[in-house]
Amino acid sequence: MAVAAEIDRATLTTFLLRLADDHLILGHRLSEWCGHAPLLEEDLAMPNMALDLIGQARALYQYAGEVEGRGRGEDDFAYLRREREYLNCLMVERPNGDFAHTMLRQFWFAAFMHPWWEAIAKGSDATLAAIAEKAVKESAYHIRHAGEWVIRLGDGTEESARRMAGAVEALAPYVGELFESDAVTLAIAEAGIAPEPMTVRSAFDRTVAQVFSEAMLELPEPTWPQGGGRAGRHTEAMGYLLAELQHMQRTYPGAVW
Amino acid sequence: MVSGLHTRGQDRRDSNVRRDGRALSRRAYAAAASVPDPEIPVLTVADLGILRSVEIEDGVAVARLTPTYSGCPATLAIELAVEAALREAGFEPRIERVLSPAWTTDWITEGGRAKLAAYGIAPPQRASNSVRALFGEVQVACPKCGSGETERISEFGSTPCKALYRCTACREPFDYFKCL
Repeated sequence: MAVAAEIDRATLTTFLLRLADDHLILGHRLSEWCGHAPLLEEDLAMPNMALDLIGQARALYQYAGEVEGRGRGEDDFAYLRREREYLNCLMVERPNGDFAHTMLRQFWFAAFMHPWWEAIAKGSDATLAAIAEKAVKESAYHIRHAGEWVIRLGDGTEESARRMAGAVEALAPYVGELFESDAVTLAIAEAGIAPEPMTVRSAFDRTVAQVFSEAMLELPEPTWPQGGGRAGRHTEAMGYLLAELQHMQRTYPGAVW
Repeated sequence: MVSGLHTRGQDRRDSNVRRDGRALSRRAYAAAASVPDPEIPVLTVADLGILRSVEIEDGVAVARLTPTYSGCPATLAIELAVEAALREAGFEPRIERVLSPAWTTDWITEGGRAKLAAYGIAPPQRASNSVRALFGEVQVACPKCGSGETERISEFGSTPCKALYRCTACREPFDYFKCL
């Protein structure tokens, strides 16, 4: 295990858990569509993307457990923490809403992660870089798929355009948190593991501007950003999500497949 | 004199041990390499390029495997199958998961590509790091009739590694093994 020497384990563990929680929670949200999608191809696509995200989360949790060195594994992190210990950004926990909400959330998250994974793949931590190297390509598929839906709905019928515009308005306050900087992101950047998220803002803006212009969508007005997820403060939706996610492990502690 | 003989004998024993060690490693590799992928059983772990090495270390056969797609549910099944195959062949197995360098579809062997096509799955395009290949702006040949007149039906197919295509020449639907 090649942990960059210049970083303390607690900081790296926190950073890995933030990334892992983003991917687990968004993967869980997508999995809620399984069996409910509007058409068969989407019923395949959303669980497929969920598998990618949960697979990335598993690799990150396993590595976080190694770095932390206190014997916690992926199931402990995924199922046996309390709400305030989850460090995901708020966007990924927002309810699925309609198909427009789900696809816009997916598109925004992938448009953020794709350039960030690219940078992390070139970073100084070999394990994280290897996880990133595959995630870059997987997130590219997510951008394309979700982006196509943003365009199709935004530039679709009056009804679909109204719904996509509604999703933009509802989710816009959660974009800013993706790019937040604090002592953890700063230390990680100084160790050369991952640049500050803000450094990929221009790449994100370019991807979003391109898809929104094809979708005939207005870019959202600047709004007061919502935050707190990185410190474990969540929206009211999170408790319900965790109730379902954790149900089996809470009911049958230590259950394995 | 005596010590010289001793040395030669020692050398011979050492080289026998080394040769036996290499032969054992090769036998262990062969046992592990023949394990099929549970979802695409025409491919072995060696065809997929995910079996990095098998070496005998302190009497234990250590197989190093690289996962494919991050979300591939077969990863654990493959590890268990390789472990069972080594045990079957008389080895005490240990599986190590190696993440770096990350697997790409470019590691699928030529033989593996031919097997995929014969099985009815269009093999992945080369140069997985090219954006064109990733984004599917390439011609995927129909594995049934060979025509390049194909269209993508769905980005995501029956497993995380596949997309659904249709041949507009012979009208057959088929799976395409996506680039990664």
